[in-house]
Formats: sequence, structure tokens, C-alpha cells
Amino acid sequence: MAFTVVMPGPLRELARNRGEVRVAGAARSVSDALALLWKECPAVRDRVLTELGEVRPHVNIFVDGEAIRDAGGLATPVRDGAEIFILPAVSGG
Amino acid sequence: MPATSHVTPRRGDVLLLVGTMKGAFILRANESRKKWEVGGPYFPGSAVYAMGYDGRARRHRIWAGPASMHWGAQLRSTDDYGRKWTNPERAAVKFPEGAGAALERIWQIVPGRQKEPDTMYCGVEPAALFVSRDAGQTWVLNEGLWNHPQRPKWQPGGGGLCLHTILPHPADPKSIRIAVSTAGIYASDDDGATWRPSNDGIRAQFLPDKYPEFGQCVHKVVQAKQKPERMYLQNHWGLYRSDDGGGNWTDVANGVPSDFGFPICIHPNDPDCAWIVPLESDGFRCTPEGKLRVYRTRDAGKSWKAMTKGLPQKGAYETVLRDAMAVDALDPVGVYFGTRNGKLFGSADEGKSWSTIADGLPPVVSVKAARV
Repeated sequence: MAFTVVMPGPLRELARNRGEVRVAGAARSVSDALALLWKECPAVRDRVLTELGEVRPHVNIFVDGEAIRDAGGLATPVRDGAEIFILPAVSGG
Repeated sequence: MPATSHVTPRRGDVLLLVGTMKGAFILRANESRKKWEVGGPYFPGSAVYAMGYDGRARRHRIWAGPASMHWGAQLRSTDDYGRKWTNPERAAVKFPEGAGAALERIWQIVPGRQKEPDTMYCGVEPAALFVSRDAGQTWVLNEGLWNHPQRPKWQPGGGGLCLHTILPHPADPKSIRIAVSTAGIYASDDDGATWRPSNDGIRAQFLPDKYPEFGQCVHKVVQAKQKPERMYLQNHWGLYRSDDGGGNWTDVANGVPSDFGFPICIHPNDPDCAWIVPLESDGFRCTPEGKLRVYRTRDAGKSWKAMTKGLPQKGAYETVLRDAMAVDALDPVGVYFGTRNGKLFGSADEGKSWSTIADGLPPVVSVKAARV
């Protein structure tokens, strides 16, 4: 199976300047998918997850258009060919 | 993103490292300190509560701890005055697995003693101390403080539960003091293996027990280089001096308009001289009477004198935060501070007269001074 991760602008430099990263490997959940992504783009990990393994509070992850916060969090299922977006939340001041 | 400009310091120049809520700036001036050039903004959009300069071992290294609201806090450095910053693959400062904590913000970056040119200290939120022995490449959580039995009872202040002050004893390589809001001062005399609270005499106005063993909201502490047993402390209500390395504290708020404030600086060569910026407490936290006044003592706190020449004395409702004031080591000493309204002031004559160095910056949260 394979899936695509769409990288946010600020993290593209850490993904060898790629806006989309195609990842091959078996991933049943977002957690599995991210673990595969970290092998491909290790520098992205600490920017997306805290040391506790949680998605940072102002980072949103969407799987095929659905926010994982409204689904199963990191346990949200990932299908073959899925499109995963990592996006900064609308926050600031 | 905004265009970034750079400065090119020369040997002998004075640097100001200014951290704001929206990025960092690097300023330079020659030793007259009359005209300042501004570089930046670096890390636009990130809050930079901590910056530091490491001039040991022939380095010219500037450190910063930008915290992105989205992507977390990172410890980064530059060896060419901001043209290129490190961006480590793995966060250089992070809590180890099992600590049960995640880094919120970097509050303090302090080079170690001159005789230990590869030692660095970093204070963070949630309150913890990290130490590097390889000039900042790798960092280790200080377990002695992290596992202190009082730590679970520490409470966050308005800025968060932050370790904001790190004072390695200038002569004793085993002795170090740190301060946490809200926990107070902790001392170690065995190079950080064990720690003890060191708050005798410091008031905690907001607690039922006004003089607890720990739990004080210490805002900033400074230590005299030439006379390390001499320390000053700006408290959340209370202005203190210690003459025994923090073992006992005496109130020295003599003749100041308020004993509330955040920053305090000490003269690099005169242990009797220090500067503060009193604020009206507790809800307002702005300069009293709309007058921006720096107060200086030259007699170890027996008296304080307002230093106002060149500072606005009408309608100036300013706030100067705990790390937003610094001194250089020139003669006469330069004193600098930034405000939450984005103004940066400087004095090249130890506070006798002031001028505006910059206006319109984002809210200033940290100011450090160094000489190249």
C-alpha cells in the first residue's frame, strides 16, 4: 500500500523541499502512517508531535479531507491511496 | 514573510539580542553605543523568550529559542550573526521518554563558566534545567531538579511554569542557583546532583503562609561576578538582597514607587549597584503614574534613585518583563531594556541618560547584551 502526505509550507524544507511525500508501506492508522513518514522525513517528527507522542495542539491532520480530531485521532484508519494533510491550525495573534 | 536584514559586527562592537513575541532581532553599535543598526526579524511569527551569546573559545555564537505556536520550540544558533541558523533534525532540547512532559518554551540560554567553555545551560517550561557539555550540540535533562520531591507542588505563574534564571557560580564549578516561577530559588552545591530551596526571607504575598520554604514567585535574580555571595532579587512583591549566596534574603525596597517588577540587572564590576523597573501591581502591571522610570541603587539597596532623563514621563504605561533588561560590560556600563509596547531604550552612561534605540518592534520579551 501507499499513501501521500501533503506537507505544510514551513515544513517543506525539512522534507527535502517536497510539497507532497509519497510513502510506501503498510499503515492501518495515522499513527502507522506517521511512523513511516518519519523514516522518510525524520526532521518533521518533532515539529508535528510533542515528546508525549501527541499531535501538537495547533497542528491539524486530515485524512481524505476529514480532521482526525473528529475521527479516531492517531488511530484513524488510513486506506491504500489515502491523502494525508498536515496543516497549521488557524491560530495566532 | 518579511524581508530580513543583517548586521555585520566588528571586533569590539556591542550586540543587543532582542527577543520579541514575533521574532528575534540582532542590533550592533560601536563602543560609543550612539547609533544602532538592526538586523532581523529572525523566526518571524515565533515568540523568542530566550537569546544568548557565547563568546568563549573564540566563538561568536548567538543562541535563540524560538517557539512557534504550531511547530513547537526549538533551540537554534548562528555563527554568522543570523545569516544562517541551525535547524536540528531532532529537537536539541526535549524531554526524554518517560519524563511525562513536553517542551512548551525555552526561557533561558546561559553559557557556562569561562573555565568550562563547552558547558551550556538552558531553562525551559515546564520548569526544568537542561545542560550541554559539548557547546550546545547535545543536551541532557538535569534529573536532580526534575526529580525533586517538591516539583509536583510547583505552580505556574502568569507566564507559565518556567525556569527563567540560571546562575552558575563564577568561581565554584559545583555551585549553581536557578529560579522558577512559581517555586522560588533552588541551590545546588554538587554540580546539580541535588537541590535545596533557598528562599529564606522572601515573601509569598499570595499564599496563606507568607514565608514558605518554597512557592515564591521570584521574577528575576542576579549575582555579582566579583562578589558572588552578593545577589539581588526582584520578586512578585518584594525587592531583596542576599549577602550569603542566597541563603538569606533582606528586603531592600527602600524608596521605590512599587516593590513589584520583573527585571533586575547588576553592575558587572560594582556589587553595590543594580537597576530595576518598578511596576504598579498587581492587576495593572504598568509603570506607576504613567512615568517610565528606571531605578538604580549604588549602595546595595539602602536607597534607589529614579533615572528618567530621556525616558517618557507622561502617559507612558509600559511593562518591562523579567528578561527584557540587560547591561553590557563596558565602562561606563550600558543599560538596555525593551517594553511590551515594542520600544527599546538604551543608556550608555549607566542610566544617567536614555535614548530610544528602536520603536515599533513587536512586544519585547528578552534583551541580552554582549561584546564581540
